[in-house]
Order: sequence, then C-alpha cells, then structure tokens
Amino acid sequence: MTESHELVAKKLTLGYGDRTVIDGLDLRLPPGQITAIVGPNACGKSTLLRSMSRLLAPKGGQVLLDGKSVHRMPAKELARTLGLLPQSPIAPEGITVTDLVGRGRQPHQGLFSRWSRADDVAVADALDATQTAALADRSVDELSGGQRQRVWIAMALAQQTDLLLLDEPTTFLDVSHQIEVLDLLTDLNRTRGTTIVMVLHDLNLAARYSDHLIAIADGTVHAEGDPSAVLTEDIVRTVFGIDSRVIPDPITGKPLMLPIGRHHVIAEA
Amino acid sequence: MTALATPQEQSTLELVRSGRARRASRRRLVLVILVALIVAVFAVSLMVGQTFYTPAQVLGVIFGQDVPGATFTVGRLRLPRAILAVIAGLSFGLAGVTFQTMLRNPLASPDIIGISAGASAAASFAIVTLSLSGAAVSIFAIVAGLGVALLVYGLSYKGGAAGTRLILVGIGIAAMLDSLTNYVLSRAGQWDLQEALRWLTGSLNGTTWPQVLTALIALVIFAPLLLSRSGQLGAMQLGDDTAGALGVRVERTRLIVIISAVGLIAFATAAAGPIAFVAFLSGPIAARIVGPNGSVLLPASLVGALLVLVADFTGQYAFGTRFPVGVVTGVLGAPYLIYLIIRTNRAGGSL
Repeated sequence: MTESHELVAKKLTLGYGDRTVIDGLDLRLPPGQITAIVGPNACGKSTLLRSMSRLLAPKGGQVLLDGKSVHRMPAKELARTLGLLPQSPIAPEGITVTDLVGRGRQPHQGLFSRWSRADDVAVADALDATQTAALADRSVDELSGGQRQRVWIAMALAQQTDLLLLDEPTTFLDVSHQIEVLDLLTDLNRTRGTTIVMVLHDLNLAARYSDHLIAIADGTVHAEGDPSAVLTEDIVRTVFGIDSRVIPDPITGKPLMLPIGRHHVIAEA
Repeated sequence: MTALATPQEQSTLELVRSGRARRASRRRLVLVILVALIVAVFAVSLMVGQTFYTPAQVLGVIFGQDVPGATFTVGRLRLPRAILAVIAGLSFGLAGVTFQTMLRNPLASPDIIGISAGASAAASFAIVTLSLSGAAVSIFAIVAGLGVALLVYGLSYKGGAAGTRLILVGIGIAAMLDSLTNYVLSRAGQWDLQEALRWLTGSLNGTTWPQVLTALIALVIFAPLLLSRSGQLGAMQLGDDTAGALGVRVERTRLIVIISAVGLIAFATAAAGPIAFVAFLSGPIAARIVGPNGSVLLPASLVGALLVLVADFTGQYAFGTRFPVGVVTGVLGAPYLIYLIIRTNRAGGSL
C-alpha cells in the first residue's frame, strides 16, 4: 500500500493583492483518511487547496509535507506525491480519454517525454479504477458529465500520488453521479490508502463521505474533527449563518443537516 | 498496484498498449510522408526553373563541382532560396503552433496577433531607414517581436485569462505595425516593388547565404528548446492550475516558450519577411493530419516547411508573373481565417 504522508499548514496566510483570504490558519490533514472541507462561498476553500499544492505562494506561514515546505520542493518531486484536481480543468478539443489520462504521467517523464511501460501500466490502472476503460478511445467532448469527471479523476490517478486534493469534484453533477464519484474516491481510499482531501458544497455528503470534517469561516478553521462533532446546529449557525436541525441520517447514522428557512416550516409540535 | 493482475487489468493494459502503438505508428507514418514530400519538392525546386538541370548536375553543384551555368543558377539562386524556404517554414510552423497551443486558440498565432508584423516593421525600418544589415537586423526584429508580445499580453491582461481579448488587441496592434511598415517603405523611394513586398507579405527573392545562415542558427537554438517543452505544453492545455499540479512550472515554461517562439518568428522574418499565414495555417493543418496521436509541434513545423516550399515554387512558375511566396500563402490563409471566425461566431465565442 501507499506510504502515509502528512500535510500540515502552519500559520498560513493567503490572499490576492491586498486582500487576505486565509489568515493565520493551522491545519493538519490526517494521513490515510478522507477529509472534507466545507465553508460558505468565498471563504477561501479553493485558495487553501491551491496553496497546499504549491500553486499559490503564502503571504505568511507555510505548508509542510512530511516536514518539508512544499513551496521549496522541486515542482515535479511534489507532483509525484501530491495531486490536485482543480474545479474546472480544461479538456482540449477532440482529446481522447487515454490521451487525457496519459497527461497525468507528466511528473514521471523527462525531457521529450519518452513513454515507458510504467506509464502504460499507470494509465491502464487508472482506467480500471475509474471504470473508464470502455471509453478509452472516445473523445472527452462526447462524454456525459459523470463520465467526464471520472476521466479527470483517472488522470489524477495516473499521476500516482499518495495524496489527492479535489476542488468540488461533484459540482454540476446530478445526484447519481455525485454518489458515483464519492463512492469511487472512497474505494481509492479504502483499497489503496490514498489520502483524500476534498472541498464540498453539500454538507450532508461531506459528513457522509469524510472521516475528518473541517469547517472554515472568516479565513480560519472554525471547527474540525469527526463529522458528528463538526456538523452541529451551533456550528452551522456560526459558519453559514442559518438555523438548522441536525438529525442522525437513517441511512448512514452520520449527521444529517436540515436547513430552516423562512418558508415551508411546519409549526413546532 | 497488486502483484497479480486480474484478466480485466491485463486486457486494459493490452488496450492501452496497443492503442499507444497504433497512434505512434500513425504518427510516424505522417512524419515520414511529410519529410518525403519536403525532400521531393526541395529537389524539384532545385532542378526546375527557366533552365532544367538534371539531378546529377544539381548534386554536382551541391558537392562543390563546377558545373557550367548550374553553379550560378543552382548554387547562388535556387539552393539558398529553397533552404531558406525550409528553414522559414519550419520556424513559422513551429512558432505558430506553439502560440496556438499555449493560448488554446487557433487565432492566437504570431502572424495574427502582431508579432510577425512587429518583427517585420522593425526589420524593414532597420534595413530601409537605418541601412543596417545582417545580425543587426535580426536583433531589431527579435527585440520588436518580444516587445509586441509583451505589449499585447500586457494590454489584454486582466486578472489572468486573456483569450479573445488578446486576439483582438493583437489584431489592432498588427494593423498599426503594418501601417508603420508601409510608411517606412513609402519613404524609401529607391526600393523596388519586389523588395517592398518582402516586408509586406514575405518573399524569398534574392535570398543570400548569410540570411540563410542566421535563420538556421536561430532554428538550431530555439527549435529543440521548444520541442523539449511539448510535454509541459500538453499539460498547460488542461489549464494553468492543472498543469501546476502536474509539476509544470507554468510561468517559467511560458517565458521559455514565448522567447523561443518569438525568436524563431523574428529571425525567420528578418530573412524572408512575414510570410503570410504560414504560422497560422500549419498547426490546424497538422492537427487534422495527425489527429489525436500525440504532440502536434513537430508535424506543424514540417507542414510549415512544405507550405512555404510549395507556395514559393507555385508563385514563381505557375502564373505568368512571378509572385512572392507570401502572396500565395496569403491566398490560402485568408479563406481559412474567415472560416475560423464564422465558426467562432456560431460556437458562441470560444474557439
């Protein structure tokens, strides 16, 4: 199985220009587990993910992978341990599934990118894991949203990293494809021990599919830990500013949050 | 990975491997055909002209023998001309497809967004107004090319994504620079039409060996630099963040790629003028021939060389008048440009 790597943020401050988005954030991502990050819009979740994968240099503090600053590591070396699937990657026109998945091999290849047997094995493995082998010769343009997302995950898998960060992997997918993608990520975590960190919008799916839940508000970690300790009525109120009822999910036993709006509320018994 | 592969995993691996082998052989076939065509047209353009020389006579000249008549016609006129056609074509094709790939837009080629126009205006200014020659002209061209690239990038930069804005800004700058070239040429009365056309549409007339040599040196330096970035460019097609996550240093790669591509354009332009639309046409043609079978950089470069060779040969002998190469490539390129713009309109903005 894969080695466990520990990703830690220390007093991390991030921003664009004069605007500070994340302010002095401390965070430890438990190795070998699935972590979900939730928070209101524009709270800096994506910014945090970008900085953790060295795409954004911190204004203060640092991100450490196994004690080494990711912003000082050689880019390729980091890309062999830590992968990121951004929110909206671009599929070039007419690219085939195998070609797209193969581009995940970039950090393993040298100049003039010669193709090795290890590359073929990694691509085949990624296609199998995401059940996209049947699509191998299809053009990515023709695929459905769910298939496309599985192909992008296959590309990230071909990178063969022990840590995988995903920025809203279920956005724009219908409910069955959301579950399909999250089940797939759970499989990867269980069978290979891949550490998964994902930003999610849906609090209930986040609680259901994570071992560790992090709620971010005002540029810092507001609560983190077991989903049942984090997804509470109090925390939902302070982080998202909305009243809610949290009940045990009859399917999974994890917490299930039911928001309370101004309308359609049955009078309390 | 598990030690024992299941039959399904075996078959997927087989699928991936055979697919890759099939694509690689298709790609090799295309490259071999392109090279063969280039060699054939190159040979024909050395032999055929007002006087026909046999292959033996042409080879004699190349190997330094003194062949009456042929030594001057082939050795001084046809050979440097054909070699520059190949070098300029390779340079324009490679630089064009690099820009198109990097900016994810077939309209973003250096001859549309003003880089060729900048190099051409600077080269014509250096030659006509300042009476410079040789390397000094190339330096003028490359500085102007880089300056235009930076200017277009800077003017269209607004929080990152440049896209359509960059192309529109580039077209505007190109128009300004073309008028500058026109002005420079109009001030220099003693220049004949042929020489003026070199800086307006590109021409291989009167090619000399020193011109060939400078363009060749630029090609030898910049082409390997660009080709070695094809993997990174492939990753950058997926978006800057995705490429960064794949371990590509996006900003550094972009810098190397822009400097190399502008270098190729500038040196080729200083020698042959801004041969119209070769940079713009080569990439899309190559992409259609090669299909989804690997990087399009090298095929586009070869297509560029073939385009210039064929266009120059046609321009010289197919019509009653001798047309410079840029007139022929311009006739080919303009309809394609219109087609692309119409398609962009229908698709709603993105190319």
